[in-house]
Amino acid sequence: MSLEPFKRWTGVAAPLLRPNIDTDAIIPSREMKRVSKVGLSDGLFAGERYINEGGRLPAPDFVLNKPAYQGCSIILAGSNFGCGSSREHAVWALKEYGIRCIVAESFGAIFANNCVRNGLLPVVLELEPIRAISKWVDADPQAHQVTADLESQTVQWGADSLAFDAEPGARYMLLNGLDAIALTQTRQEQIMRFHERRKQSRPWLYGEPVPDS
Amino acid sequence: MTRTLFDKLWDEHLVESQPDGTDLIYIDRIFLHERTGSIALASLEADGRDVFFPEQVFCCMDHIVDTFPGRTDKTTMPSGQDFILATRHAAHDAGITVFDLGDPRQGIVHVVSPEQGIVQPGATLVCPDSHTCTQGAFGALAWGIGSSEAEHALVTKTLRVRRPKTMRVTFKGSLSGGVSAKDMILHLIGKFGAAGGSGYAVEFAGKTVSELGMEGRMTMCNMAVEFSAFTGVIAPDEKALAFLKDRPHAPKGESWREACDYWETLRSDSDARFDRELEIDAAVIEPSVTWGTSPEHCVPISGSVPQIDAETSPGLERARSYMDLDCGQPLLDLPIEAAFIGSCTNARLSDLRVAASVLKGRRVKNGMRAICVPGSMQVRAAAEAEGLDQIFRQAGFEWRESGCSMCFFAGGEHFDAQQRVISTTNRNFESRQGPGTRTHLASPATVAASAVTGRITDPREFL
Ligand code: SF4
Repeated sequence: MSLEPFKRWTGVAAPLLRPNIDTDAIIPSREMKRVSKVGLSDGLFAGERYINEGGRLPAPDFVLNKPAYQGCSIILAGSNFGCGSSREHAVWALKEYGIRCIVAESFGAIFANNCVRNGLLPVVLELEPIRAISKWVDADPQAHQVTADLESQTVQWGADSLAFDAEPGARYMLLNGLDAIALTQTRQEQIMRFHERRKQSRPWLYGEPVPDS
Repeated sequence: MTRTLFDKLWDEHLVESQPDGTDLIYIDRIFLHERTGSIALASLEADGRDVFFPEQVFCCMDHIVDTFPGRTDKTTMPSGQDFILATRHAAHDAGITVFDLGDPRQGIVHVVSPEQGIVQPGATLVCPDSHTCTQGAFGALAWGIGSSEAEHALVTKTLRVRRPKTMRVTFKGSLSGGVSAKDMILHLIGKFGAAGGSGYAVEFAGKTVSELGMEGRMTMCNMAVEFSAFTGVIAPDEKALAFLKDRPHAPKGESWREACDYWETLRSDSDARFDRELEIDAAVIEPSVTWGTSPEHCVPISGSVPQIDAETSPGLERARSYMDLDCGQPLLDLPIEAAFIGSCTNARLSDLRVAASVLKGRRVKNGMRAICVPGSMQVRAAAEAEGLDQIFRQAGFEWRESGCSMCFFAGGEHFDAQQRVISTTNRNFESRQGPGTRTHLASPATVAASAVTGRITDPREFL
């Protein structure tokens, strides 16, 4: 159950800068057709990526459809990216599509957690530099690739680079490709002790339900 | 050390701090639903991992079940039945209590949990659903998580979480007539933005909040996630205790008294310090309505679409164009084609009562599609016992079985493209209620009044 570690990644970056791109937009609910974490990349951004709702005719204006942005693996975003529904399908779809890193002004909290749990790096920068990176990329997206380096906590583009602060817990998990459950299970003894103590201190939480009269 | 309510809840569940800067937090109760819970359970099974304490895990069938009378496991959503069957099967195998179709307790997870007394003050409760924050209204630490985290909680009864900062939003004074909890929370998000609560656990406090009933408080906490907060929480008081007393999972007899003694300590100390404090004068709040595609695109009902510079604000421009409105256009009297009363935000008994009080003796505008989906089958039964269903039906509303229904579009039933809907739900995102559907969020009173006139209408004209 271990993940591919994230240390440093260089790739084509695509801008989706408008604020509040929610998880419904990242993957519409209608695209979550099966009880499965796979087969979702086709539905990524389906609402704007395809011309005909529900169909699969690519919309030429959508950035990921532009030839210059083919092979995109980094998304440059505005504020509150991934807000809304907790659906982890948004991250599964991004990952399956090939996205490894998202640089945004801010993230929906559940979404950012979901990224880390799946080995994707969420990077927070201010909007100004994100705009600057986008502009630089746009001149020649295939040649102007962006690097996210989690070890040095920097984003690099051309001759420029900027430091970011990764949350220490997330950084540790990503750098080592750790599975959170396995990691927590090493603390099983402490958890069991807490559980037993809590049964004593708050016993009413452990009683049998009594049906409504 | 003085502490906030949030600090007390956090410390109460802290197993230990981890070297990586996160805290290992003990989880008392877990809810699942067939949309995301099915995947968490399937994934555990595939990995050969067991649910650690199934007695405290519960599951609702709410998201993709149909809400038509006489419904079965079959769904209008293609392949929806697979989710239902997979969830039912996996939940039974794991020994998890299911509030299934046909069960009189079935309903939307965040309505069912309080009804059954499963959420309690001082407890931690998580669910792979972003609106789990609703349940913070009881002084519980309740928040939404992803599927992987749900697996983590199911297997280890803990989560690794970074402690959020604390914010208090104090509402001062009393609401004027016809203004509700929904208007308060929309007002807050309109004023401070959809990312305004990002990184914070938000306590809602002040006279206005204490004057709200439990259902109004749930409406407020429900939209804490639309404010991007980690969660919302309200100190439990007599109203919270009275609501929970005698519920199936609430403690009984001596245990009840013991629990109450603890619950009464669950409030922020008088000199507790918050990382951020906001204050809102409740008297200035009007019925609120959204014009755009984020809950922050919100104005008083007497307001208008803002002036937008398409160059500098492409996001606002996109919202305006999606909603097919003009800059400066007033919201009042905007023609609407459908009205929806439902969801975990506003489909509890008090919401239906307010809507019914507007609809009584009136009819929805000709040609209008109007739908009421009670938040749970118990809400539905209670409403029927009061004759509210008759009022809705006579007014021309469809009266449904419970579920999330058209709060969100999952590929099944939906509103039409370009159709303008006024809705008591919590999200007005593009295509949330149907491909291309235009959603205006508002309170139950505003939705009912607008259904009658066929235009966005100030409910105070009717109350
Ligand atoms: S009613 Fe809507 S917001 Fe609430 S849980 Fe269901 S889908 Fe989510």
